Amino acid sequence: MPRYNRHMAHEPLITFTDRGMYCARAQVYMDPWKPVARALITHGHADHAREGHAHYMCTKSAAPIMRHRLGSIDLQEVEYGEKIVINGVEISFHPAGHVIGSAQIRLAYKGEVWVISGDYKVEHDGIGEPFEPVRCTHFVTECTFGLPIFKWAPQARVAAQINDWWRINANAGVHSIIGAYSLGKAQRILSLLEPGIGPILTHGAIEASNAVLRGQGITLPQTTLITPDFDHTSQNGAMVLAPPAALGSKWAAKFGAHSSGFASGWMRLRGVRRRRALERGFVMSDHADWEGLLHAIALTNAENIYVTHGYTDIFARHLKSAGYNAAIVETAFDGEDTALESKAI
Amino acid sequence: MKAFADLFQTLDETSKTTLKINALAHYFKHADDKDRIWTIALFSGRRPKRAVTTAQLRAWAAERSGIEPWLFEECYPIVGDLAETISLVLPDASETSQASLTDWLKALAALASEPEEARKTFVLDAWDCLDGTERFLFNKLITGGFRVGVSQKLMTRALAAASGKDEAELAHRLMGDWTPLTTSYHALIEADDPASARSRPYPFYLASGLEGAAHDLGPVVDWHAEWKWDGIRGQVILRAGEVFVWSRGEELVSERFPEFNRLLDVLPEGTVLDGEILGWQDARPMPFAALQKRIGRKSVPTKLLREIPVVIYAYDLLEWRGEDIRAQPFEQRRAALVRALADLPETAPVHLSPEIKASDWNALAKSRSTARENSAEGLMLKRRTSPYLAGRKRGDWWKWKLDPLTIDAVMIYAQSGHGRRANLFTDYTFAVWSGNDLVPFTKAYSGLSDAEFGQITAWVRKNTLQRFGPVRAVAPEHVFEIAFEGIQASTRHKSGVALRFPRMLRWRRDKPVQEANTLDDLKEMLNLYG
Ligand SMILES: [Zn+2]
Ligand SMILES: [Zn+2]
Repeated sequence: MPRYNRHMAHEPLITFTDRGMYCARAQVYMDPWKPVARALITHGHADHAREGHAHYMCTKSAAPIMRHRLGSIDLQEVEYGEKIVINGVEISFHPAGHVIGSAQIRLAYKGEVWVISGDYKVEHDGIGEPFEPVRCTHFVTECTFGLPIFKWAPQARVAAQINDWWRINANAGVHSIIGAYSLGKAQRILSLLEPGIGPILTHGAIEASNAVLRGQGITLPQTTLITPDFDHTSQNGAMVLAPPAALGSKWAAKFGAHSSGFASGWMRLRGVRRRRALERGFVMSDHADWEGLLHAIALTNAENIYVTHGYTDIFARHLKSAGYNAAIVETAFDGEDTALESKAI
Repeated sequence: MKAFADLFQTLDETSKTTLKINALAHYFKHADDKDRIWTIALFSGRRPKRAVTTAQLRAWAAERSGIEPWLFEECYPIVGDLAETISLVLPDASETSQASLTDWLKALAALASEPEEARKTFVLDAWDCLDGTERFLFNKLITGGFRVGVSQKLMTRALAAASGKDEAELAHRLMGDWTPLTTSYHALIEADDPASARSRPYPFYLASGLEGAAHDLGPVVDWHAEWKWDGIRGQVILRAGEVFVWSRGEELVSERFPEFNRLLDVLPEGTVLDGEILGWQDARPMPFAALQKRIGRKSVPTKLLREIPVVIYAYDLLEWRGEDIRAQPFEQRRAALVRALADLPETAPVHLSPEIKASDWNALAKSRSTARENSAEGLMLKRRTSPYLAGRKRGDWWKWKLDPLTIDAVMIYAQSGHGRRANLFTDYTFAVWSGNDLVPFTKAYSGLSDAEFGQITAWVRKNTLQRFGPVRAVAPEHVFEIAFEGIQASTRHKSGVALRFPRMLRWRRDKPVQEANTLDDLKEMLNLYG
């Protein structure tokens, strides 16, 4: 007869499996990376919302992008804060501030409350739903930028840097080509541009996301799609939004003399900027910086912190020294910021 | 320091040489007079003495940032640069400073004699009134390692653009033991200086790699063959009682190789030699690694001079008794060189690079295959009728290098790169089979495309078996073809061998791990080429 520790007598509400995070009582997976019957999805980025699940659930405002990316899926849309109960487990979605529609997923059962943060940032970007802290006992947090070297300036200051750069280039009659992830960062930058400086052109990958977001009622400045027959000399001084992989490509070379920039948290590191031979690096991320992560964790009031996605060992060690029960969770998330260098268009 | 920080920012944001030169030239025309001379001092390696240790800086930075020392130490390898790590972890400055570059450098120079408490206060105050780039530059100045992507060569070109002076002449002016305290911008750069003109080198004639078959070059008798040495291509100039040594990068390196001053005793003035600078011991070239110890140093300690003496292995004569003879056919210049070097004492720091004679191309190919045993990288082929041209001109001078040695190896550890590669796994350790075990034998960092590094990075994240600090043991699944230039026995390595210039030639996705090479294969290579 095996001896049971009283504490071990019940399984935790959430376990970490080779398909992803799993709630056995509700039989749901959160952001699973292998096909499952029921998937709760934090947001529409490719490393969190994968193909092949039988049934999906996400927020109403994340749904259009999900359908755009995954086609006709069996998708249940929920409002932020709406409570769904499955076999006694109370499930709800709360704004994560990462991109439009992104959510932290809360699962509660008999006083055990888990929050799966997905990707998040605490500064309001003016376009997505602002981050809301959710109290819990177990918090699963990303830590893509979980080092004290990562600190973000307020968005308004970065916006001014981007617009100043654009203005100088526009006055010199050269294009400004800025690299940004097609979903999220691109629209965030778009909403910060001063359209008075000049026309705004977009790469097809970005314009596709723009169309989806406009379709759900989000207002973005006017943009012109660069089609194969586009006359590259017709709009000198324009701002060009392109996915990161298009920087330095043949596609970019068609604009002739131009200045290239890239907006990402990694631009904080001089070495990364130089490796990509970028003229300008704008430090702007849709993930929380060091202070943001620690602040968000403190606001949850949780004692048990699971870290994933980034500098996990260092971040977990720091949390332990700050008095948390911290553990590393290996995931297959390899998202828009971790895969910075390998992302294809 | 604002003007200097702006200059740095502009230099840092462009990879285009012309833009860098424009920015520097603009600065040299318009900046404050004192700042200009201090800037030249910095970019020509005249750095202020380190007033505090890096250990102190790290401790103070962690303390000021409110983070634990171990956390600071974890950040450092990820950033890859101490000055940058410090400037990133510190809180934003609460004040601003109007002090100029000169003010800061003078203050730093005075710091060395202060007690530690005063030094700490000075540094903390500086951090609190400098932000972003200025703070990074301050840290660069105080750590003494001021390397920021501006070579002396680049600066010299910019000074030439700003002053209208000849570049080679300026390179000479910048030599010597001046400091910003003993001279001014005008005296150093603008005033007349006839001595500088004498140092001027000829542009180097550069050979191209031979791509086709050697016998397509025509009759072998039209060609002069000699070893392709693995040293530093250099020009040694003897004029008006002085010796000037120029490297192929057209950098004046006379001070690094003082032994060439002895040439004045054995060769006439008005002599310009083209050849290879090599470490020399027991009448043969030393491995390049030995020479490397000499290259990095501006002044050479006597001990190093004794351990690694250098010679020039001369293969061409460009000027003889003051006459430019570059237009003469190679054969004639070579004959003049042979005469000039005949009967020199064995101890003279110059030797004639020997000719490799052969009756046909096959015989020459055979000689080439013994290059490694002769401490050479292959053969040089020079058309006997060729004049000495300027720059890389195809047709008359060819490098006929040996193919690198290669071995198929299994990747077993991965580590993220430094600095610019901080978020990619780019540094790998490779192993070969010894029975059923994999024995590590080399690391390699380069040779793959960015896309491949990206793919491997994603793979490493999902296939980590164990972590040892920053190093990850990964599943032995991938085979890479490793190319290298040489192999030596080594007691420091478990495998017993050390490779020269190992790099990844290609990712052998087609090869199962079982088919990677074995330790016996490596040992056999060691027997053949070690
Ligand atoms: Zn995301
Ligand atoms: Zn993600």
